[in-house]
Amino acid sequence: MNHQHYYVPEQSHWPIVAAFALFFLAAGTAHTIIHGQPLLLIIGLGAIAYLFVGWFGEVIRENQAGLLDNDQVDRSFRLGMGWFIFSEVMFFAAFFGALFYIRHFSVPWLAGEGAKGISHMLWPAFEASWPVMSPPDSARFPGPEETVDPWHLPFINTLLLVSSSITLTIAHHALKKGHRAVVIAWMFVTVALGVSFLVVQGYEYHEAYTQMGLTLHAGVYGATFFILTGFHGMHVTLGTIILIVMLSRILRGHFSARRHFGFEASAWYWHFVDVVWLGLFIFVYVL
Amino acid sequence: MVELNLTKGYWLFIALYLVVPQVSADLKYNMPVGVTEVSHAVHSLHMTIFWICVAIAVIVFGVMFWSIFHHRKSRGAKAAQFHENTLVEIIWTLIPLVILVAMAVPATATLIKMYDTSDADVDIQITGYQWKWHYKYVNDDIEFFSTLSTPADQIKNEAPKDTNYLLEVDQPLVLPVGKKVRFLVTSNDVIHSWWVPDLAVKRDAIPGFINEAWTKIERSGTYRGQCAELCGKDHGFMPIVVEAKSEQEYSAWVANKQAEKEAAKQAAAASATKEWSHDELMAEGEKVYARICAACHQPTGMGIPSVFPALKGSPVATGNVQEHINIVLHGRPGTAMQAFAQQLSTTELAAVITYERNAWDNNTGDTVLPQAIQAVLDKQ
Amino acid sequence: MDVASEHSTDHDAHHGPAKGFTRWVYTTNHKDIGTMYLWLAFAMFLIGGSMAMVIRAELFQPGLQLVQPGFFNQMTTMHGLIMVFGAVMPAFVGLANWLIPMMIGAPDMALPRMNNLSFWILPFAFGLLLLTLFMDGGGPNFGWTFYAPLSTQYAPPSVTFFIFSIHLMGLSSIMGAINVIATIINMRAPGMTLMKMPLFVWTWLITAFLLLAAMPVLAGVVTMMLMDINFGTSYFSAAGGGDPVLFQHLFWFFGHPEVYIMILPAFGIISHIVPAFSRKRLFGYSSMVYATASIAILSFMVWAHHMFTVGLPLAGELFFMYATMMIAVPTGVKVFNWISTMFRGSLTLETPMLFAIAFIVLFTIGGFSGLMLAISPADFQYQDTYFVVAHFHYVLVPGAIFSIIAAAYFWLPKWCGRMYDEKLGKIHFWWSFVGLNLTFFPMHFVGLAGMPRRIPDYALQFADFNMISSIGAFIFGTAQLFFLYIVVKCILTGEKAPACPWEGAEGLEWTLPSPAPYHSFTVPPKFED
Ligand code: HEA
Ligand code: HEA
Ligand code: HEC
Ligand code: CUA
Ligand SMILES: [Cu+2]
Repeated sequence: MNHQHYYVPEQSHWPIVAAFALFFLAAGTAHTIIHGQPLLLIIGLGAIAYLFVGWFGEVIRENQAGLLDNDQVDRSFRLGMGWFIFSEVMFFAAFFGALFYIRHFSVPWLAGEGAKGISHMLWPAFEASWPVMSPPDSARFPGPEETVDPWHLPFINTLLLVSSSITLTIAHHALKKGHRAVVIAWMFVTVALGVSFLVVQGYEYHEAYTQMGLTLHAGVYGATFFILTGFHGMHVTLGTIILIVMLSRILRGHFSARRHFGFEASAWYWHFVDVVWLGLFIFVYVL
Repeated sequence: MVELNLTKGYWLFIALYLVVPQVSADLKYNMPVGVTEVSHAVHSLHMTIFWICVAIAVIVFGVMFWSIFHHRKSRGAKAAQFHENTLVEIIWTLIPLVILVAMAVPATATLIKMYDTSDADVDIQITGYQWKWHYKYVNDDIEFFSTLSTPADQIKNEAPKDTNYLLEVDQPLVLPVGKKVRFLVTSNDVIHSWWVPDLAVKRDAIPGFINEAWTKIERSGTYRGQCAELCGKDHGFMPIVVEAKSEQEYSAWVANKQAEKEAAKQAAAASATKEWSHDELMAEGEKVYARICAACHQPTGMGIPSVFPALKGSPVATGNVQEHINIVLHGRPGTAMQAFAQQLSTTELAAVITYERNAWDNNTGDTVLPQAIQAVLDKQ
Repeated sequence: MDVASEHSTDHDAHHGPAKGFTRWVYTTNHKDIGTMYLWLAFAMFLIGGSMAMVIRAELFQPGLQLVQPGFFNQMTTMHGLIMVFGAVMPAFVGLANWLIPMMIGAPDMALPRMNNLSFWILPFAFGLLLLTLFMDGGGPNFGWTFYAPLSTQYAPPSVTFFIFSIHLMGLSSIMGAINVIATIINMRAPGMTLMKMPLFVWTWLITAFLLLAAMPVLAGVVTMMLMDINFGTSYFSAAGGGDPVLFQHLFWFFGHPEVYIMILPAFGIISHIVPAFSRKRLFGYSSMVYATASIAILSFMVWAHHMFTVGLPLAGELFFMYATMMIAVPTGVKVFNWISTMFRGSLTLETPMLFAIAFIVLFTIGGFSGLMLAISPADFQYQDTYFVVAHFHYVLVPGAIFSIIAAAYFWLPKWCGRMYDEKLGKIHFWWSFVGLNLTFFPMHFVGLAGMPRRIPDYALQFADFNMISSIGAFIFGTAQLFFLYIVVKCILTGEKAPACPWEGAEGLEWTLPSPAPYHSFTVPPKFED
């Protein structure tokens, strides 16, 4: 009866630090929004940074010490990451669901179509269109003047993100074969593609706000547009940071050709972010 | 009673449940049978399903208590070894399924009937406000607000409570008997729900959308209901009273109401030309304030911090008069502060604004006349 | 079922709990974390219960006596939120922490540090939630379902803090669920196939899936609220093209699975206790598993039964009515299996069994009223009345809460190595049973007679039943203080318990000594069925 010993970590102070950090982040964000004083938030952000460096640093050390070199532990990590991504999928599903509901139910109803079309009585001037250019109450929610053309910047971004998924996969294969120099090169490319994506998106937002009148305020189209692309953008930002960390770990000689779950997990995450973008490109920009 | 409860409290209640609804049909223990075809259908659905559940309960709990009693270790029971039987599993999957289908059939029929709002004789637009109802007779050009009329001292336990405590309003909704009435339900602020049990009508009032419902009342009488969706502080205090009248009485009422409207117009014109003194306006304003505004801004004018602003010392109520008039006439869209231009007469508006500018040490000394309000209204 | 070979526990002696304060704060041990979850849940139960006492005291008589309507709404809201998120969910997670590793023969949970984090987020989250009560304009006053726009444009400023506290709770639940899944999939003793897992483990596995699918949607919908309130979006405002009803769809897409999150682990617990005290194996194990899975799947297709009166199109109304009614079928299978387990068993009625039997009866009553609510045309009369309040308290109090109490009595000997006082346990049962029915049964009547929920004052014809309810609530409430006394007495001075104090109990956890060693199975036992 020879079982590998499952690694149960010793006591750790990181979880309680994390709980504090999250509390300050949450309460601090609310405090900033309501009272305009960012002190708590700054403490929270600082604590989060400290936490990430510290906790992940510890896991990396354990990893380097071989404590996690155990199939069962490895499976736990895989399950953990996989189901975490599933929960992220559900998070985005909520926003996509809202988008579908608004397009297929609330906007047509307000404009007099479908089962609750009688609601049109309240908004006699409103006409259904997607994107909604003049919301039912345009005094409170002035609609956008123009919307983003999918075949310009967004299309470029699609190319950027899809190719970054490909370059990342090339890097992964190289890692499995142990060709470190190749890994490093392709990781650089991937990170560069990720960063370019963010730059392009930043530019697009800037144009939307300054030239198109497309804002969070611009009625329900602006709301769905910015929330969906914005949360995606936050995920790309996080993914890029993770990839940069992976790159630096590779530069330091971490990961073996056989075991490199940290790398794989970030690749999973990146591919997930890529797939979400494809959904966005189709449902937010094109259709 | 208490003694019984200790031993078989639960079964006592079951017994009550079984017996009482039969004896005192639509009194206070069961769903009312109501006065429309739909409400009869709903009631009979309710009772059917209830009895089916009772029957299942008797069988299932019967077997269970029988086992508990007879298969006790203390009575020498030895445990049997069986622990699986696919056939019974299938049987007790299928039987409930059949029962459910049997329930679904009448339910579907009733629902379809409830959704058929076509061919209505009378259209009423119902709008929920924080904390009153507005009724508009679409075909007859009549509209009015309907507000709780129970006096505050009854609520505060300072006076004995009347029979219709919390279920009485200043102006009931009057409907004709035997006519199909269509309701167009909406809201001005948050979600409310318009519910009269005797009509079996409950529809949520969604701001910005209209929901349809209908009824055809069989018997004249007074039917009471309440707002059924949490809508803020005074959700418990926005009742609904429907008065169903025979067709002639209803027509008479409509005619009377229209005449009243004319009279009110003339009175308003008269008051608009009348010379109102400051003190008269203050006295009138105090009444209007207590009736309409105090629910939010509180009788003390102190409001509720961060929810309803204080008017005492408020920059609006002590500052520019035009701005004060504007906010009272048009409200602030997207907040609880509603537009009062349609709800109050020019005199009432002038009075309440005058009152707010001088009560609670606001002492601006301003007097706002109905003519000033009329001027603002005319400009639009 | 037995455990092969010597799973030595003594070699862990050097590995015992740390001393003092850091034992709890820094711990990675599933039992310590489970204990903390359970105590937190109990504290929250007392807080949420005290709020219920405020509600019941105000409703003792018609008229406004104790509190203002605005504060009453805050109490109702907080009571619901704290009971659901603070009492029931953490209690089940605590039980999962304690029991799952022992039941599947694992040394600990799969991801122990994250486990500790999921716990420690909660005191902060509830601290933040309770703090809102003291903020300007008061705490959340829009019901635990926080429908927009009452909870957005018309809410007090504290709502933003409320939103972030919900985010924190969601984060904790998601991490907890991931941990449970990883543990169950990955850490089972050799020989324990999925279809040999104890039912508590099965029900928790399915519950964890529900959590992972539902909680992110809640996070999404509160985020939309946040944006509507503070950043000018119009998801829930028709003026911009959105719809307040969209909020309800999203909320109930989370909310309905949520109610099954609160009952599936309870089903698991009952499926352990009933066989143990019937001295007979659980009847229909595999159908129990399939029934649980069916309930879980169906639970994602019925959400709009909470929205029958919002004016859904007819087709939607019919679909959600039929789907909801379907849930009675797998739930019925469970009830029938429990009863068949008792049938021709050899029964004794110790405290856990009493609670389990009451669970079966009273949960079924709650299920029946649920079925009545599912009948859409009839729900037009029930919706938002005390009939609904009666329904969900019957499934939650004698359902979720009784199952948790039953579990506590059942496994207390394993947790602390001591027996509770059987006589006091029985008194607690009867005391609770009477109080509970006195509280919640009359609510059916006032509901049918037309009393809306969430009101601080009511018309005169509802008076007598409300008084009975309030008296019952005080009886039930004090009974739970008595429970606290029983537990403390057990921990401090209870008789020493043997490894398996129950004649008919089966499962790996009973092969461990009582109290269970700090690390359950450092060497996986060989599981044989
Ligand atoms: C643990 C929590 C829990 C559980 C398990 C359930 C179980 C069920 N619930 Fe309940 N419900 C709530 C918690 C729960 N509910 C809450 C909290 C609310 C209110 C939320 C709010 O608005 O604040 C609510 C509200 C609610 C509504 C909305 C009412 C309204 O607001 O108008 C409806 C409507 O369909 C409903 C239906 C059901 C059904 C059909 C079941 C079924 O799962 C029940 C199935 C069980 C049985 C039927 C009994 C056993 C079966 C048999 C013995 C077999 C044979 C039986 C037959 C064939 C009849 N519930
Ligand atoms: C698991 C969930 C759960 C539990 C356990 C309970 C338990 C109780 N609930 Fe609650 N309840 C909800 C979930 C739950 N509830 C939800 C979701 C709502 C809807 C909220 C909404 O509308 O938004 C609700 C709403 C609700 C209402 C309706 C309020 C309204 O519509 O305005 C009422 C009214 O009586 C009520 C009563 C009670 C009572 C008396 C208990 C009792 O069982 C509590 C017993 C426990 C204690 C009392 C604590 C222990 C004792 C002490 C701390 C000592 C003090 C005791 C005394 C002074 C006697 N609950
Ligand atoms: C349902 C609640 C409600 C009622 C009834 C109500 N108000 Fe208000 N009132 C508000 C709210 C909320 C605001 C704050 C609006 C905002 O956020 O700008 C407000 C703001 C005001 C202001 C501006 C105060 C300031 O300092 O900004 C005035 C003046 C006012 N109300 C007068 C009245 C009068 C007169 C009435 C009755 C005829 C009345 N209100 C009835 C809720 C109400
Ligand atoms: Cu209006 Cu409740
Ligand atoms: Cu539900």
